[in-house]
Amino acid sequence: MKKINCVLIGSGNIGTDLMYKLLRSEVLNPLWMVGIVESSDGLKKAREHGMKTTHLGIDGMLDFIEEDEVKIAFDATAAQVHPITNDKLKKYGVKMMDLTPAAIGPYCVPPVNLQKHIEADEQNVNMVTCGGQATIPMVNAIASVQEVEYGEIIATIASKSAGPGTRINIDEFTETTSDAIVKVGGAKKGKAIIILNPAEPPLMMRDTIHCLTTNTPDQEAIKKSVAQMADKIRKYVPGYKVKNGPIFDGNRVSIYVEVEGLGDYLPKYAGNLDIMTAAATYSAEKIALKLLEKDA
Amino acid sequence: MSSIRGKKVKIHDMSLRDGQHSIRHQFTLEQVETMSKALDAAGVPLIEVTHGDGLGGSSINYGFGLHTDKEWMTKAVQSVENTKVSALLLPGIGTVPDMLEAVKCGVSIVRVATHCTEADVSQEHIEKAKEIGLSCVGFLMMSHMANAEKLVEEAGKMISYGADCIYITDSSGHMLPDEVREKISAISKAYGDKVEVGFHGHNNMSMAVANSVAAIEGGANRIDAALAGFGAGSGNCPLEVLVAVLNLMGVETGIDIHAVQDAAEDIALPIMGKPTRISRDSLTLGYAGVYSSFLLFARRAAEKYGVDSRAILEELGRRGTVGGQEDMIEDLALDMAKAKGLI
Repeated sequence: MKKINCVLIGSGNIGTDLMYKLLRSEVLNPLWMVGIVESSDGLKKAREHGMKTTHLGIDGMLDFIEEDEVKIAFDATAAQVHPITNDKLKKYGVKMMDLTPAAIGPYCVPPVNLQKHIEADEQNVNMVTCGGQATIPMVNAIASVQEVEYGEIIATIASKSAGPGTRINIDEFTETTSDAIVKVGGAKKGKAIIILNPAEPPLMMRDTIHCLTTNTPDQEAIKKSVAQMADKIRKYVPGYKVKNGPIFDGNRVSIYVEVEGLGDYLPKYAGNLDIMTAAATYSAEKIALKLLEKDA
Repeated sequence: MSSIRGKKVKIHDMSLRDGQHSIRHQFTLEQVETMSKALDAAGVPLIEVTHGDGLGGSSINYGFGLHTDKEWMTKAVQSVENTKVSALLLPGIGTVPDMLEAVKCGVSIVRVATHCTEADVSQEHIEKAKEIGLSCVGFLMMSHMANAEKLVEEAGKMISYGADCIYITDSSGHMLPDEVREKISAISKAYGDKVEVGFHGHNNMSMAVANSVAAIEGGANRIDAALAGFGAGSGNCPLEVLVAVLNLMGVETGIDIHAVQDAAEDIALPIMGKPTRISRDSLTLGYAGVYSSFLLFARRAAEKYGVDSRAILEELGRRGTVGGQEDMIEDLALDMAKAKGLI
């Protein structure tokens, strides 16, 4: 099968983990990795896997986009530079998977709205946040049964899996996730909380989803909807587990989940990073299939 | 003669913030007004007023407040003449916009709290606080979980962002006086010439007053306390007791001892309903090193799922849970109930 060539922008943890996922893909070919530090581990690993690399940022590969037929980009750098990078790639018609908090494109949470974005032929989609990927599908599973007055999520991640980017912009997590709980999850109001836990050995990413339904919760329908949603997420994150719940307490519906990563480049406990790269990979694969369909 | 005789110490009242935990964040505006006025009249220089979990804490996870932070803070600011009002902010829960709103309400001090090993999540909040001219405290929670050297390193980060005061916070009420003295001394020695140093205790092991004295001996010049100990777990350091002890030791607080005794007895106790005391559960918080505000959540989960509240708290301690992880409690209680075949 023909594969769609991709460029990975950013040679840090996320970019490198993405590389391993893309190397396994049947429709995506990670052809390029872009970094800014020549000696970075990510670029080294990319070269070992026969990828083309540059340490001159995106400008180091723009001239090759057409001849190398690069159609999809993954940006795992920073929110500040994302719009500039996106503008440069947009000219060539490259589709962008944005893993930064920039969110200039619509939020993409695969089991909820990926199909819609593919149909709309969006050039740029944003992968929200790690906590958002782990919880918003569950808010939506409840909101698709009945009206959710308020959705709240608590994401707890191992300190070791929170890089300097997350730490210096922690408000971005709470603000973006809260926004997406409403826009994608379908709750009327949203709130997000993030906790870093330094315990050793590091704890597995865990997330709590609380929803307040407007009317008495339809327990059977919600249980079924939650189970179906978990199955959909497990297609790309096999280690996604509903540990407890849904619990019903008056109009409160609570779900406790744990996210074990695949342990590609990052340790298994870093389910928060894995769910981002897995969701981006899964989304890009569906977009790639659409592109291949058009070509055919 | 005490080595701390003649020293001046600023007392920061926690009743209207930490006290929220013991009444499920249900302070009425009238209570805020009465208490703020009494503390102001008694000469307490600083008071803190927000949801128990700080700005933006109102939630399913921590409990919805009877009022918004804005309403509580505005009322407190309007009720005081000399006392300054602070707001607590936990990055990950509260945000910079929440802080800006607090400033509009008249708050002049923000205390940015992180787990004691995660100070770097406070950078954007502390920098913003200093940029807009607030007085800013870096508040290292669960300080029993890191050694002195690590605390010095983390405090250094907060100071580099602009914090003018560093607090060693014994959120679990687990620390003993020697440990408090050692950790406060380490911070004072490293940064005492640049910033103020403070201590926030909980009375789960009946050590809050002794720990506060040890902190002053170690170089602290700011101490958190609350009327009749009004705070999470077995409460904070009881303010009126601390003032009495410090008076005997010749430490100056500027606080009227009778006025705070009266406020504790006549205002704080009736609001509490049941006096804050060391119960088997709240003692377990201290003993197992667990965040004090977990107390009521553990009791409720224990009752609902038929498991032992102490067993929940001890397991939370073993797992190294940190401040804010209230959502672990029901999850764990469910696991325990399943293991016992109850559900």
